[in-house]
Amino acid sequence: MSNIWVVVEPANGALSTTSLEILTHARTLGGTVSAITWGGQGATLAAQAGEYGATTLHDAGDLAGALPGAPVAGAIAALVASAGAPDVILIPTSYDGRDIAGRLSAKLNTGVLTNVTGYSADGTTEHPVFGGTQIVNARFTSGGPGIVVIRAKSFAAESAGGAAATVNSIAAGDLGATNSAKIVASHVEERVGPKLEEAAVIVSGGRGLGEASAFALVEDAAKLLNGASGASRAIVDAGWVPYSKQVGQTGKTVKPTVYIACGISGATQHMVGMKGSKNIVAINKDADAPIFQVADFGIVGDVHKVLPALIEKLKSR
Amino acid sequence: MNIVVCVKQIPDPAAPASLDPNTHNLDRTGKLILDEADTYGVEMALQLVDKAGAGEVTVVSMGSAADLSGVRNALAMGAAKAIVVSDDALRGTDALGTAKVLAAAIKRVNPDLVLCATESSDGYTGTVPVQVAELLGLPSVTFAKSVTVDGSTIKIDRQTDGGYDEVTSPLPAVVTVTAGVVEPRYASFKGIMAAKSKPVEELTAADLGLAAETGAAGAGQQITSVVAAESRAAGEKYNDEGDGADRIVAFLESIKVL
Repeated sequence: MSNIWVVVEPANGALSTTSLEILTHARTLGGTVSAITWGGQGATLAAQAGEYGATTLHDAGDLAGALPGAPVAGAIAALVASAGAPDVILIPTSYDGRDIAGRLSAKLNTGVLTNVTGYSADGTTEHPVFGGTQIVNARFTSGGPGIVVIRAKSFAAESAGGAAATVNSIAAGDLGATNSAKIVASHVEERVGPKLEEAAVIVSGGRGLGEASAFALVEDAAKLLNGASGASRAIVDAGWVPYSKQVGQTGKTVKPTVYIACGISGATQHMVGMKGSKNIVAINKDADAPIFQVADFGIVGDVHKVLPALIEKLKSR
Repeated sequence: MNIVVCVKQIPDPAAPASLDPNTHNLDRTGKLILDEADTYGVEMALQLVDKAGAGEVTVVSMGSAADLSGVRNALAMGAAKAIVVSDDALRGTDALGTAKVLAAAIKRVNPDLVLCATESSDGYTGTVPVQVAELLGLPSVTFAKSVTVDGSTIKIDRQTDGGYDEVTSPLPAVVTVTAGVVEPRYASFKGIMAAKSKPVEELTAADLGLAAETGAAGAGQQITSVVAAESRAAGEKYNDEGDGADRIVAFLESIKVL
């Protein structure tokens, strides 16, 4: 593999953690790594992109409020047309990453593989299926650069101490109506404590909590452990907690030191997002709940009794 | 306003899933149901048409027409008609091929808005709606947690990592909605009876001129193997005898979290 492109996402003046993880892995594939970003901050981001292994940083520039999907995919397609196709284009799994991947796949008429957790130099991808109990290996069969969308925390991010990448401006051709969705305002939800995907301790709640108000127990326990609170899809869909707390296939992938699942049965959708945790503790009244099959430490009991008792113990320490 | 909702009939997620050992396709021989993730789009569409005071909801689906109970469910909720692209030759079609089929079917309706789920609950590729948008030359807004229409503009609160963005787009557009965007209605008895006589147009890939680009042969990638993942062994498990919290504290101490 000689020519690898990595889409790297700007996040608060730096590159997103998942982008750095993918750059780190891209270095091991035995080719030249080029990064592609947007936002017009290329000069600032070039040092970090270079440090993690990119020799060139292509910047699609300030998007003037447009959602990145169409203009960034357009700029990448234009780069393919002018510079030739790479062997592969690696993209982080994120809201904008998936938009870019979908648009680009249709523009280049080439396949896209998503939910990827491993990628080797011979072009084979790894995808966990059925809650992570099986791994599907796949590869591209048609010509054109394959597009691989990689989940967070699939690789560890490690600096290679490289020199700053050379910045190159890229631009899309005429995008027509596709570029007309615009961001008019951004809202940040208030967060107390560490970010979910970076927390060493996560206390997570599920349907077993019974009602929305019981999620306060999960938050109290998380706070006392200096951790973050998370949730299963069931209670996010029910509107008890915001989507940003969702752990699982559709939500975030987490790998904390300890993951404490409270009233979570362990649906495959949830397991794939937390199975990589170093330690898993489960509290569930159903002794046969699938969550116990992956828990290092399980308490078969009523979460409404065990959690308040745990909170009292932690408070008195 | 006329709205197309893309829906998928999937194997019941409550039943154990498996891959065919030869083709590596998902086993779809059991009963198929309407993907629950799609019910939010159907509901959203019905509410928007209701608010607009005119128009109708069309569901578009690709998959086997042998069992249409999932599509009928969307009709029973209130959609006016369905287009189902069904063809043995479509077996093994990849995400881009699926998007080509859906885009070609959607073109026949020429809607003001296309709604989809953010991803299906069986394949969860999550790129098909945006591929459809690109093929139709339309703007797209993914991960909508609220949707309102104001004349020829759609306003969306779009989920982000740290909160949400307010996004506007001209219509027509493709929008993906998250679960929970609205509360899907249950089909009424009247709705179920009415659904039986609502029009379902069945098309083949050839009808859409897409025979060469679909099916396993048209897919841009293939599964090479399926292997068991490294499994986590179950650890200690205790019944709570009033000492559950103490045991958890002791475990957290043993792993040096406390």
